[in-house]
This record gives sequence, structure tokens and C-alpha cells, in this order.
Amino acid sequence: MLKSKTFLKKTRAGGVMKIVREHYLRDDIGCGAPGCVACGDAHEGPVLEPQPLDPASSLCPQPHYLLPDTNVLLHQIVSVWRPGTWASVASSLRPPGSLETYVEQEQGENANDRNDRAIRVAAKWYNEHLKKMSAENQLQVVFITNDRRNKEKAIEEGIPAFTCEEYVKSLTANPELIDRLACLSEEGSEIESGKVIFSEHLPLSKLQQGIKSGTYLQGTFRASRENYLEATVWVHGDTEENKEIILQGLKNLNRAIHEDIVAVELLPRNQWVAPSSVVLHDEGQNEDDVEKEEERERILKTAVNEKMLKPTGRVVGIIKRNWRPYCGMLSKSDIKESRRHLFTPADKRIPRIRIETRQASTLEGRRIIVAVDGWPRNSRYPNGHFVKNLGEVGDKETETEVLLLEHDVPHQPFSQAVLSFLPKMPWSITEKDMKNREDLRHLCVCSVDPPGCTDIDDALHCRELENGNFEVGVHIADVSHFIRPGNALDQESARRGTTVYLCEKRIDMVPELLSSNLCSLRCNVDRLAFSCIWEMNHNAEILKTRFTKSAINSKASLTYAEAQMRIDSATMNDDITTSLRGLNKLAKILKKRRIEKGALTLSSPEVRFHMDSETHDPIDLQTKELRETNSMVEEFMLLANISVAKKIHEEFSEHALLRKHPAPPPSNYEILVKAAKSKNLEIKTDTAKSLADSLDRADSPSFPYLNTLLRILATRCMMQAVYFCSGMDNDFHHYGLASPIYTHFTSPIRRYADIIVHRLLAVAIGADCTYPELTDKHKLADLCKNLNFRHKMAQYAQRASVAFHTQLFFKSKGIVSEEAYILFVRKNAIVVLIPKYGLEGTVFFEEKDKPKPRLIYDDEIPSLKIEDTVFHIFDKVKVKIMLDSSNLQHQKIRMSLVEPQIPGISIPMDTSNMDINEPERKKKKLEK
Amino acid sequence: MAGLELLSDQGYRVDGRRAGELRKIQARMGVFAQADGSAYIEQGNTKALAVVYGPHEIRGSRARALPDRALVNCQYSSATFSTGERKRRPHGDRKSCEMGLQLRQTFEAAILTQLHPRSQIDIYVQVLQADGGTYAACVNAATLAVMDAGIPMRDFVCACSAGFVDGTALADLSHVEEAAGGPQLALALLPASGQIALLEMDARLHEDHLEQVLEAAARAARDVHTLLDRVVRQHVHEASILLGD
Repeated sequence: MLKSKTFLKKTRAGGVMKIVREHYLRDDIGCGAPGCVACGDAHEGPVLEPQPLDPASSLCPQPHYLLPDTNVLLHQIVSVWRPGTWASVASSLRPPGSLETYVEQEQGENANDRNDRAIRVAAKWYNEHLKKMSAENQLQVVFITNDRRNKEKAIEEGIPAFTCEEYVKSLTANPELIDRLACLSEEGSEIESGKVIFSEHLPLSKLQQGIKSGTYLQGTFRASRENYLEATVWVHGDTEENKEIILQGLKNLNRAIHEDIVAVELLPRNQWVAPSSVVLHDEGQNEDDVEKEEERERILKTAVNEKMLKPTGRVVGIIKRNWRPYCGMLSKSDIKESRRHLFTPADKRIPRIRIETRQASTLEGRRIIVAVDGWPRNSRYPNGHFVKNLGEVGDKETETEVLLLEHDVPHQPFSQAVLSFLPKMPWSITEKDMKNREDLRHLCVCSVDPPGCTDIDDALHCRELENGNFEVGVHIADVSHFIRPGNALDQESARRGTTVYLCEKRIDMVPELLSSNLCSLRCNVDRLAFSCIWEMNHNAEILKTRFTKSAINSKASLTYAEAQMRIDSATMNDDITTSLRGLNKLAKILKKRRIEKGALTLSSPEVRFHMDSETHDPIDLQTKELRETNSMVEEFMLLANISVAKKIHEEFSEHALLRKHPAPPPSNYEILVKAAKSKNLEIKTDTAKSLADSLDRADSPSFPYLNTLLRILATRCMMQAVYFCSGMDNDFHHYGLASPIYTHFTSPIRRYADIIVHRLLAVAIGADCTYPELTDKHKLADLCKNLNFRHKMAQYAQRASVAFHTQLFFKSKGIVSEEAYILFVRKNAIVVLIPKYGLEGTVFFEEKDKPKPRLIYDDEIPSLKIEDTVFHIFDKVKVKIMLDSSNLQHQKIRMSLVEPQIPGISIPMDTSNMDINEPERKKKKLEK
Repeated sequence: MAGLELLSDQGYRVDGRRAGELRKIQARMGVFAQADGSAYIEQGNTKALAVVYGPHEIRGSRARALPDRALVNCQYSSATFSTGERKRRPHGDRKSCEMGLQLRQTFEAAILTQLHPRSQIDIYVQVLQADGGTYAACVNAATLAVMDAGIPMRDFVCACSAGFVDGTALADLSHVEEAAGGPQLALALLPASGQIALLEMDARLHEDHLEQVLEAAARAARDVHTLLDRVVRQHVHEASILLGD
């Protein structure tokens, strides 16, 4: 049957447009219940369970399907969707196009009412339909709605209908589901004091109007970590001024939560404020402290410096909520028997959430996940409901889970669909695999990796040719041979983006069979590889570059130490060793040339934990050592990446996936220059080359660690390197490597970007065929965005994992005193670095319950004078380290000053645990 | 702006059709008495009228006459009220001229022009309501009109459009689907032989998908053929009754 919709619309130019649309009503949509004779095989797609499980509901004892209305489905999915505990949900509503259930909007009926009626008609239709189907086992459809009128009407029409709450409460078998019910604002308001705290959010249409006319600004809401009463809004769009707007005070924040897209109204200039430097945490338990809150807000405002005033605004409406389930802990209510409790998220930028639960005592001291349901105008905190219990606080498994969740790292085991695309074992290279592939199994290839590495993605070889030149090959695991574009495996890897290395765990990007076996270039097995082969002369100048897919058989998997030993020992003269020596020689030349061009050698403290093999507790910390062989492998990887980048950009100028590292703005270097000046050194920052040179010169014989410190500081000044699509950008320069073009090719097992680069290169050399997504620069740009995000998150997760393990380490070690250097000087604290552990920490000089010392901060030098002692950047101090577990949720390392001694500030030295040994100088390249 | 979901998860399009389904087609032949042949077609909300004059002597400059075949002259116009916003000029704009040329190409391939040397066949098509697939509707209407005029053709020319959304080829695009901006392909087919009279696409579509889209358009064109064939038979049946056979 044909229905047509007609409506009139006013166009932008002011004319009136008549729009007529057809709508075909179908008679072939099945009910979705398998074994339904009436529908035959008309149904496809999602199917209902043949026999709904017995839900043990006291309200409707017979088996039934559930038909939730749209609101219930949106808000209560967590409580509704528990496989095995509930009757199956009629998962998809009948598409509105069905002939029998089509409902036309009546005169005077609004769209919502029509939809409600349509759902009722569908429920009625289902009940009649199912009756026809089987007489003996009476199946029923139960309608779940939270709308009172809708429910009344449904019952009038003879449809069994309940509100969500009634139904869940009737489930005798699963009482814990009640906690999962999202609490609804309607009921909440009855109990709450009627006092309205927040002003109303404007409707979306008004917001859009306001944004268009410029009265409101749209931006992303970013709450401050330090001060819960303050936030900034990053305004989207091209207006250069007012990029960032400050919001201060609970009322101006107006219920926005971190990451929401909000509309802000600028306040008049006389109400502008300066960002406060006060640290404020929300600690109130009660609702009534709104007045106190206002007091606190006033405190914020008093400390205002005229010059520092920034544009200030208030939130007028929310354009898009970006809520996700939050991890955190329950702070149990003081009132006994109370079911309402506050939940404190682990992320300090998220406000506390009020939840209702009966299991408070079991949830205390555990990490839980809570979802936000809403934030009514009269409530100090948003309302939420309990979702999941992760486990004990401080437990290693739980904490790892929390940090993965908080950093949005996909870490679930691979699904069956993904695994189905893995090659079948036992696997061997077949005739078909060898098509378009060169057999390089005779070459003497070897791999050099850190100890314990199971995902070996690169191997090298070097041999002398008859004409006296060298042939050097870099062989990279051919992951793109196993991961074909577009399938579930590919999509999952693209989503994960990168392998995440935590201290005791690795979250793989590709399933283990590939990462540790088929794609890992282990020794003495045939493996598929993608090879980049150069012919070089003795000056390491490239004469010829060639790319090919290949099959290799690695002769040895070495660790850096083993390789170094082979190179150094005079007695060994086998093929592998000669090959390594050749590589090492060339690498040195390459490195020298690269540094001459202005590549930076930067440093960042990095540590490795020695784990106890039984308990997996860290027993010792060790800073990473770097050998010649590390830089040998690195040099060739850089060379391969650069060669590939040139090739794919030449072939695909519009859609090559490249990596760039923008030059930092000069202002970033200010702190470095100032710090160096205080030690009478000059750092030039106009080009990468001059920076590298001045860093090399910056050495003081009396203070050998100074150079490393300067390099650590320089690393902090850098920008983040990012992936991008060559067609969307025209600045390709890689600042840190001083290369005009760069990409990632050498680690396809642990980075998805490399897989794409492999595919591009394969197409470029005619070894593989292309596919549409590969040549779509917008899709590629989207992919880059995800990859950059995942890389950043992986980095944060890694850091968080190190921090957690450092805590565990110091927990077992007790209180330790160590030597440290001052990295930064702040107004009321100094940031120090302990070279022995690569640990960075802050020493505060103001404590809550102690008298404030006299602090004088000088911004120019930077220095901090406490009583009579002056602290400069890079000064050597001695600090005591201990674990502060006063706050269970955020355990942290606390440092306090031991030397130089300042009466009243520093604490007496404790010599029992001292061992002073200057750590080795170490260098680390900045992230390529 | 959030794009319109052209294809739902269940596989339905905006107007309730499945990917390969045509819109409702209704057609009539012999709608005008004074023309040699005429036809009217509705494909969903797209409505087109075609009239055919000829073969007759060359009008205007004699120099245009072709010594070995008939000249096919096509003119396309669309009514000012055919689109959502009123049009200024019913014909003679760039789009109309292009459409006229395409129709001419299509019908030169289908009509046995060598049977009428030095003569002219005029095909005038007018779109009364445009709701996507105007070219297809014009071709289908014109086929019926040419048949009504009794001009010999190799075969029916059946046309249909096809688009490509989310990895699925959609047949017979409506205006909403066209306006979404995806690739669109127009195909005119001689169904019996499977020969292509005209194939046109002016958007980017990856080579790998072309076959799939082409296949969808061809299948839809064959479906159109079944329907048009029925219309012709019905018309002949009615005419023969009137003639008193």
C-alpha cells in the first residue's frame, strides 16, 4: 500500500516549498519469532528466542517477550539487557513500514503521541499474532513503559503493560537488578528539597539560534582537575580570539560534565575572572552546603589580578552530552540504612554522582562502574545508577582494568567473528602465498630485540656484493597478508589502533596467533615478510632502493646485549656476526649524518620493573640501558620508514598515510632557555639544528647529569607527533628526526598505521590490489584521527601503569631517601626528578595544618625562596619518598625535603636506607 | 549535519523499499489524439509525458537531412511546477539540452533509423513531477510513445537509475536518495539482447563496486521491461477491441 506524506516547508530564500514523499507499507515483514507459520521465512536479521526463558516474575508468570517503549530502551538498557536473567526482549520494534501496524498521525495529535500509539498497536498486533501461532504454549508480549498515560491507554486496549520499575521489582529471581534501574528525575524531585540550584538549560533550537547570531558560543567543556568549581570551554570555530572561556562557580558550570559540548554565554567584562591557582576538591557530603559553596566561590574571586582576567562565561545549555560509564568508588553515606550514596569517580574532572543501592556495604572499598542518568535542576549532584563491580581497590587486576577503562583502551578478548579470519593451523607457506613474492630464505637474516620480546616485527641482513657495495635489507612482518581489508579482524585492529604495553601485561592489537607466532619473525622458521632492500656504498649512501614482498627464514633472534657481544668479541666470525658488524658500521655513519642534519637526541627518564615471577609484584626498578645495537636497529628502521614514506607519497600524493612532527612554537622553549641561563649556558632554539648543537655543547664538567636534565626539559617542550593523510595537509616535516617526510612502516604487529602503509606500498609495487577505503582521503583522515587518539591514550595508560607499579614498589620498600634534581619550580612547590628511579614528584611546601612558610617566588629566574633557602632549577636536593594511602582512591607517592635543611620544612635525614650511586647517563630518542 | 540514514540496519530504505525494489510504475499509451504516438508514465512520484511525431519530412533546413537514416530529434523539458522550488525556465537550460542529447543518443541506438532515410522523428518529453530518476522515466515514457507511433525499434529501451550506499547498490533512486550526494548511475538497456544503449555516471565510484551497481541497474531495467511489456500488451488488447476484431 502506498502512502504519501506531504508537507510544506519554508526555504531559506523565503519561498514556500512543497515536499511530497512516498512511503511504501510492506506486507512481508515477519514477526521475528522463529517457527512462526504465518510469517514463514519472511523474517531475517535479528530473531527472537524461540522459547523465552522463565523470568520468574510475580507479575506475569507465563513466558513472555518484552516490548519496551523507546524511552525505556534508551534509559534502562542496562537493567533490561541481562542475557539469561530476563525474558528475551523483542529486540527490534516492528519497522514502522509494516502494513498491519502502520499508524497515521491524526489531526491534533503530536508526534510523540503518535509514536506511543504506534508502539501500542504493535504490542497488540504481536499478542494477536502470537496467539495464532501456537495455542499450547501461550506466549505473550508485555509492554514496558514509564509513561503513565501510555500505560493506562495500553491497559484499556487490553495489552499487559507495566512500568519498568514495577516489572523489575516483580522479578523474584534477580533482586539486584533494582540497583541498575536508572533513577528518573521525576521521582527524584519528590524527595529532594524543592530548592532549585541551577538555571534551566535552553532548548536546542534556541541554542542554535543563539550560536548563529553570535550571542552564544559553542565549545567543549573541560573541567579542571584541580578545582571542581572551575572549568574551561574550548570554543570551536575559526575565531582567533576568545578561544578559551573560563567558567567559575557551580551555577555558571550549570550541570555540564567534562567533555560535553555546551553553549556558553559570555559575561560582561566587569565580571571576568582570572583562572585561580587554588586547589579545591569537592568533599562535602551533604546537600545543604550550597551556601558554603557560594562562600568558596567568593574565595576564588578575591584573588584576582587585573592583568590576568580572561573571558568568562556561563553555560546556558547543553548541545551534546558525552557521558560514559565512569569508574570510581562509593563513598558510603553517613546515615545508616540509607540507600542513597555518593560515588566518587577516579577522574577528578567528573563530579560526584548520587546513586541508589542496597548493597552499599558490599560495594565499599571496591572499584565500581556507574552510569549517569541525569542531573535535575534542584540537585547538587547528578543522578546515576550502579553498573558493575570491578573488584577490590589496590588489587592489581582491578587497578589495571580501571586504568584501561579510564583510558578507553579496548581490551576485551577478541570476538569469535574476529578470530574466524585467522589462518588455520598448522600453517605453512603455500604456492599461492609465493605469488608476487621473492624467496629470500637463503639470506642470513637475523633479528635484534629487547629480551623477552615475542612480537618480533623486524629483522635485518647485510652482505657484501660482488661490486664491493653493501646490500642491506630490512624485513618487516607481512601482517597485511593475514589481515585483509574490511573484514572483522581488520576492523577490530583499526579500532584498537595500537598494542598497549603495560608493566605486566600487553593488550594486543591483533590476536596472539598472529602477534606472537605467524607474524613474529622468529628464528629458523619460514615467515612472510615485506622487505626493503638497499644497495649502499661504504659511505652509507643509498645507490638503489627496492621494495618487495618476500619469504624469509631468520637465522637468529638476538637480544640487544647478545648482538652487542657478538660485535665486540674478536673470536666470532660467522655470517651473522659479520652481517651485524657491517650493519653497525653503516648505522654509525647514518646516525652521524642524521645528527648533522639537525635530528634531536632527547631524553626522558624511563624505567623497567623487575617483576617477581610468582606474585608479579615489582621487586626492583631499573632505568633502561641503551647499547650501540639499539641505535643500530633504530637507524635502519628510520631509514626504512623514510624510504617507504617517499615511495608511497610519490605513488599516492593524495592519500598516503604519513607521520609528522610539527616544530614547537618558540614560546614552548622559554622554560628551557631560562633554565639553561641560570646555569650560564645558552640554548638556541631557532632551528632544530641549532637546538641540537647547543644541547650538545651544554655540558658542565662539575655536573655531568646536567645535559640529561636539559634534554629531559627539551622533550617536554616538544609537540606531539601525529599521523595524517597527505592529501589533507601540506606540512610534512618531521621536526625531531629532521626529515622532510616520514611514516611508520616497521611495526605492523603493534601499530595499525603500519598496516595501512604496508597496503599502500603493496599497491605501489603491484603486489596487491587496492580497495576503495584506501584511496578515500576522508576515510583515511578519520582513521588517522582515531589512531592519534589511541596512541595518546595508550601512552597515558602506560604512564598510569608505571605510576601504579611505582606505588606498589614503594609500598613494599617503605620509606626511602634519595637524591633528586629540581626540574621545575612552582609557586608553592618544586618538581623533582629522582634519576635512580626515573621518578618525578612534587614536593609541597604548604601543608594544611602547618603554619605557612614564607615563600617568595621569582618568575624571571625561576626560583623559589623559602625562609632563607633559595631553590633554583637543576639544584640537587635530597628527598624522602613514601606512599601516601590516606586517600584510598588516589594513592600517591609523597615526597618531602630532607636536604638542604630548612627548619620546620625539611624532615630529619634517615641514613639507614641511603645508597648513592650516580645513575648511568642514558639517552632516549623522542617518540618517532 | 547528521546525514539521513538511507539504508536501515534491517535493510529498508527511507521510503520502505528494499535495496533492489522499484517504485510503483503506472503507464498509459496513446494519451494524445493529435500526436503520432504518446505515453504517460508514473514511477513513484516522478511523472513524465512523451509525444512522438514522425517519421516525417525534415523540418527547417534541408541540409540536416541524413542520406542513409532518419534524424532523431529529442527535446526535454520539465514543467515549472515539477520540482520543490518553482523553476524559472521550463526548457532550454543546460540541463535540458544535455538530457535531450542523451535521449537522442539512446533512441538512435534503439530505433531502426536506416528504414527511414532523409526523414525526421521528433520525440518531446516533459517531466511533470520530478522525484528522482527523471532520465529513466523519460526514456521509459518515450519508448512507449515511439511504440505507440508504430516506429520500428530493435527492442524496448528500458532505463533505470542505481546508486551506491554503505556497500549496497540501490535501484531506482528517489529524490531524497539522489540529493544525499552519493554516486548515481543511469542505464538504458535493450533487455532482449542485454545491450547497453546508454550508461552515464558523473560521480566517483570505485572500480570494484561498478559491477555491482551496474548489475543492480540492469536487473531493475529488466523488471521495468516486464512492466512496460504488460502495458503495451494491455494497450494493444484494448485497441483491438475498439477496432472490433
